[in-house]
Amino acid sequence: MIDTTTKRLALFNFWIAFGSFALASVFGMYQVLERSGLLKFIQSPAVYFASVSTHGVLMAFVLTTFFIMGFGYYTATTSLKTPIWNPVLAWAGYAVSLTGVVLAAIPLLLGKASVLYTFYPPIQANVLFYIGATLLVVGSWFWTVIMIVMFNQWKKAHPGETVPLPMFATTTNAYLWAWTSVGVALESVFQLLPWSLGLVDTIDVGLARTLFAWTLHPIVYFWLIPAYIALYTYVPIAAGGKLFSDKLARVAFLLILVFGLPIGFHHLYMDPQQSNIAKFGHMVGTFAVALPTLLTGFTVIASLEMAGRKRGGKGLFGWIGALPWQNPMVLAAILSLLMLVLGGFGGMVNASYAMNAMVHNTAWVPGHFHLIFAGTVVTMYLAVAYHLWPKLCGKQLFSNDLALTQLWTWFVGMAIMTTPWHVLGLLGMPRRISSVQYNSLLTLAWEPYELLMIIGGLVLLGSAGLFVYILFKTQTEGVVDASITEEAAIVADAPVSSWLNNFIPWNLLILGLMMLSYGWPILQFFVLKTYNPTAWGY
Amino acid sequence: MNPNSWISKIRSRLGLCEQDLQIEHLEKNWLYVAAAMMAFMVVILGIGALFLHLNPPSHWETIESPSLHLSAEFAEDKLGVQPTTLPDGTIQVTLVAARYGFFPREIFVPVDKNIQFRIASLDVIHGAHIPMTNMGTMILPGHVSEVTTVFPKPGEYPLLCNEYCGMGHDHMWSKVTVLTQDEWAAHKTGGKQP
Repeated sequence: MIDTTTKRLALFNFWIAFGSFALASVFGMYQVLERSGLLKFIQSPAVYFASVSTHGVLMAFVLTTFFIMGFGYYTATTSLKTPIWNPVLAWAGYAVSLTGVVLAAIPLLLGKASVLYTFYPPIQANVLFYIGATLLVVGSWFWTVIMIVMFNQWKKAHPGETVPLPMFATTTNAYLWAWTSVGVALESVFQLLPWSLGLVDTIDVGLARTLFAWTLHPIVYFWLIPAYIALYTYVPIAAGGKLFSDKLARVAFLLILVFGLPIGFHHLYMDPQQSNIAKFGHMVGTFAVALPTLLTGFTVIASLEMAGRKRGGKGLFGWIGALPWQNPMVLAAILSLLMLVLGGFGGMVNASYAMNAMVHNTAWVPGHFHLIFAGTVVTMYLAVAYHLWPKLCGKQLFSNDLALTQLWTWFVGMAIMTTPWHVLGLLGMPRRISSVQYNSLLTLAWEPYELLMIIGGLVLLGSAGLFVYILFKTQTEGVVDASITEEAAIVADAPVSSWLNNFIPWNLLILGLMMLSYGWPILQFFVLKTYNPTAWGY
Repeated sequence: MNPNSWISKIRSRLGLCEQDLQIEHLEKNWLYVAAAMMAFMVVILGIGALFLHLNPPSHWETIESPSLHLSAEFAEDKLGVQPTTLPDGTIQVTLVAARYGFFPREIFVPVDKNIQFRIASLDVIHGAHIPMTNMGTMILPGHVSEVTTVFPKPGEYPLLCNEYCGMGHDHMWSKVTVLTQDEWAAHKTGGKQP
């Protein structure tokens, strides 16, 4: 039984997440339309760059952080069978994060923070934007603390027992986020805030980019882990089978935690301020972190195959057809894994050191991360919402068919939109432009693809609207059904050793790896002479 | 010494369960395949880096951006294709990236020759990229970026900014014309650097 506090906390967090998602989808639609140059009267770099900044912040920071907090509270109480430790702290974290979002939204929507969601100085935004972004992160730390405390309390109360997989993975994510957010927190507190408040005149841009890169890669695993939790724990049951291996799931989460962190420099391959040795080291780590994802693909597909065969599927591929495609969770898992395969291959191209020069900052990059993030991650967020809304509201899902339509259109729209981006990237079109102004024959080849992405955008906007509509209708008009509030228990198939049941050795390993991979790259800015620029407008 | 006894000794030292080391054989095989694929990629990229010198444009060299116009290298009259080549025949091109263009706005370079670009930013972060080639680098204020490339095909290319640098970012580009060897020879003797 889920207690009322958890339900309220989860729903309040989820509505901020999915409200932001719907709003950001509208901005996204405007952007593909503006960028195509089809309608002259909406052409405006000022509006476009304000829109891109808002779209990025809402999707990457607000949707994710609030979804992860809500899902974390739900996972903790249902898998540990205990109420939330210190709900007041949880609500305080919610309030701090929400205040941050509102503070950042004001300059963003007024066009006073058009610095994109990566906010690379020395282009300076209004100080409220930096304060808001910082508060959003600070609020999420309340959640981090609660998750770690609940994990430890449960272990103390259950000596010798194995922490249930959903909570083990959620705690992995809490530790991952604690490590991840340090980079951007340092940049914010010691560089961006004093500089935007006018306390200091100049800013070390090389150091700022290095600290941001610290956060920029592992943050994608912070977003991805909830999707993996659903793939490992909900999908096998929804398909009518069981998880192939509980133990390897734990290994995969730990590998993500350890190797996801010290690899941020694959965002800085093309930068002058870091050495080839550091970049090559981070590149090796980037390929290492592909392992847990390849392992996840295997385990989840194996679990699906076992379920398909149990349902009577025969032959090499017969089990695929035998899967319950009418179940939103199973459908989402299949579509999400397809996107992960495509996006993963693109990611290996990006990761390939010197070869990155061909695609760096081209349209290929948003193509890649829309596949992985909007495709893999968000698709699973949507499926989790369809799974949880009935349990949180005590009502049946408004319409299973509409949910399936929504998931299919999201997949198709994303495929239509990201394919032209990949092609455009290979043809050299930069990301982050509002219109094509290069008077060059080479860029004529870009035009047909620009029209294709409008179609993708339209399908996606419709799909996002449908999603919010289904949730709203479920909550307001769903058929009351008290029997659906229970969450199926996930039982570990075998006891594991303390290596796979606590985080101390792994945190020590990360500390060592982080000192190795970020020690000198950060220290150099304090040892060597740098010339720091003052603030610039835009 | 029996290797099995060693394994059990290590296992008990580390406090590992019997089950920890038992992995389903299909999954074990997949792990080997996955690890081999990743190792293969790293080895290929390592060979490229060590023996073919295929590295990204890393280059620690700092400079004071506000006084670029007073520096020996980046003063306005010193920019563009340098009159003398480096000892190994590499042609040097010096550029200033500033909102909104790469200066000088038009350059001519030969095909199939090493071209070394040295670029400094006057204001904010920029990125240089010539589409369909591997000429690319980020340009940070306070740093000199250096990137060497060979253009395999003659023609007119845009040298464009690929990092958001402000409201005029769309318009930030300059023209690079890659000449054939014959055209280059004629250009050097007859033509003038615009």
